[in-house]
Amino acid sequence: MANDLANTLADLKEKEALEMVRKRLDAGEDPLGILDDARRGMEIVGKRFENSEYFIPDLVYSGEILKDITEMVKPKMTKDIEVKRLGKVVMGTVAGDIHDIGKDIVVFMLDVNGFEVYDLGVDVPAQEFVDKLRETGSTVVGLSGFLTLAFDSMKTTVDAIKAAGLRDKVKVMIGGGQIDEAVQRHTGADAYGVNAMAGVSLAKEWLGGAQ
Amino acid sequence: MDKTEEKLEQWCSAQGIQFKDAAAEEAYKKRTRRLADAIQLKVPDRVPIAPLVTFFAPNYVGLTPEEAMYDLDKAYAAYKQTALDFEWDTAFSHLIAFPGQWLEAFDYKQLKWPGHGVPSNRTYQFIEGEYMKADEYDAFFADPSDFLMRTYLPRISGVLAPLQMLPPLRMVLPYYLGLMFMFGVAGAMGIAGALESVVKAIDAFAKHSASTAAFGQELASLGFPAIFGGMTQAPFDTIGDSLRGTQGIMLDMYRQPDKLQKALDLILPDAIQMGLISASISPSPTVFIPLHKGPMGFMSLEQFKTFYWPTLHKLMLALIDQGLVPMPFIEADYTDRLEIISAIPKGKAIYWFERSDIFKAKEVLGDRVCIKGNVPSALLCTGTPDEVKAYCKKLIDVVGKGGGLIVDGDIGIADEAKPENVRAMTDFVKEYGVYR
Repeated sequence: MANDLANTLADLKEKEALEMVRKRLDAGEDPLGILDDARRGMEIVGKRFENSEYFIPDLVYSGEILKDITEMVKPKMTKDIEVKRLGKVVMGTVAGDIHDIGKDIVVFMLDVNGFEVYDLGVDVPAQEFVDKLRETGSTVVGLSGFLTLAFDSMKTTVDAIKAAGLRDKVKVMIGGGQIDEAVQRHTGADAYGVNAMAGVSLAKEWLGGAQ
Repeated sequence: MDKTEEKLEQWCSAQGIQFKDAAAEEAYKKRTRRLADAIQLKVPDRVPIAPLVTFFAPNYVGLTPEEAMYDLDKAYAAYKQTALDFEWDTAFSHLIAFPGQWLEAFDYKQLKWPGHGVPSNRTYQFIEGEYMKADEYDAFFADPSDFLMRTYLPRISGVLAPLQMLPPLRMVLPYYLGLMFMFGVAGAMGIAGALESVVKAIDAFAKHSASTAAFGQELASLGFPAIFGGMTQAPFDTIGDSLRGTQGIMLDMYRQPDKLQKALDLILPDAIQMGLISASISPSPTVFIPLHKGPMGFMSLEQFKTFYWPTLHKLMLALIDQGLVPMPFIEADYTDRLEIISAIPKGKAIYWFERSDIFKAKEVLGDRVCIKGNVPSALLCTGTPDEVKAYCKKLIDVVGKGGGLIVDGDIGIADEAKPENVRAMTDFVKEYGVYR
């Protein structure tokens, strides 16, 4: 029974998944076990996304199903979940750019893969990235940008990290609509990702989170 | 001559244009012929270069995007200088920079623009949202105009918010008091104020239209045709951009596919009309269709075949039926769906590619459709003139082989493109792109 939820969620069978959760809750099962299965389902989703079997709509839909499951389970929670976190990642869309969908998907996938994510939102000034890195002690920062104006904003952000004396302690990854190797060189980032899973892989590589 | 040939010949004949001098007339006729040949997959005298420009032109002369959106005369001067300095095979009068006064008059919610939500030296940005909720498809189907007027417009325009207080328009009918009742309610709900704002907006737009038309004529008189004619939208993008938002429409594909399909079919005739009408008031026979939500990664091939392609395909065929030249701007990457979109009559469309493998596109559909693109923004903004030239050389050698190429940037000329790179691109295409 335990495996079914993970696969049902991974197969995006919304009604069946929610019914399974209802049945298990009614049977008095520990909500943590249900959430654990749900997370394993999301890992399968992530792998399918990596293999280009699943695409952004599948991530969005699975995220919605997970949200619904979490809502059902929350009232039955007796204690807070203590999830072991693989590491900290600061994420944000750079100054001047207000696009968020791509960033939100990366944030979501990082979270589901066990990272503690600090999402600064959109149109984030360079200094705010620096401040958050200092405050959290995070050693990985992800810069998102969709418009061509993001190239210079990303460069400015990396320069600000340098000026703060943090550049050699922190890894910078960038991503978004127009990003490629040329842009990465221009900005001084350590790497760029073409999709959300690339962001997760980079975070795992840098924070040693391989399971 | 079929309708497409007729319309293109009309364009090339330059009927009704008062040219500044004989040189301008010759230039105009050469440029339209070059573009028409490329579209019809004939070999032109050389590869045309016909880039889209938004804020590159204002930036080029030191005007901010905010100034460009609020001061039309200054904007026109910027676009005119850009046109004269670079001498491409086209020039822009449409000004994708929407007039700021119009946006303000409407208190328009679906956009943030320089001075209003984004800095004055940055471009405008679209604000997506669920302007139609997941459970509102039925209301939309029951009476689309009523839904748009009393639910949608109040959500996207601050000044039109009072419209949601009105009863449905069909209430003018019952008894003979219905009409008085309607206007009584309208008065009580402060509709007059909303209508005053609409008048302001109409005023602002009328000014914009008139001066844009006049500017277009000026550019033509100087010898520059417009590659940009009419404009319309794929029905899936209309619903995704303006009604449901990206996340909303993605969920609809799973949770309510039948309603989504019904909405797509409902919107298709309007999309066709939009293309036909906007082209009829423009000097160019092309119809620009920016494609947003159907690329690789944004939906599976199956979802593309089911939801995105059928109404887009029908839209393009309907335009071609009237002799118009659809010019879909195929944003992001379509490499795995090139075969599907190759189903188009030969020599009657321009496919503008951003990040697709444009060399593969030439292989798959180069014999059916003229390809536009795709010098990368990354190169134009952060690269060197030599790197730009190298890319153009490959484009011309491979995609320009035998004709069928119009050079442009991947998204047009990026706002932040370095002028020396744009210069290098322009000069190289004009020299190397000659067909011997």
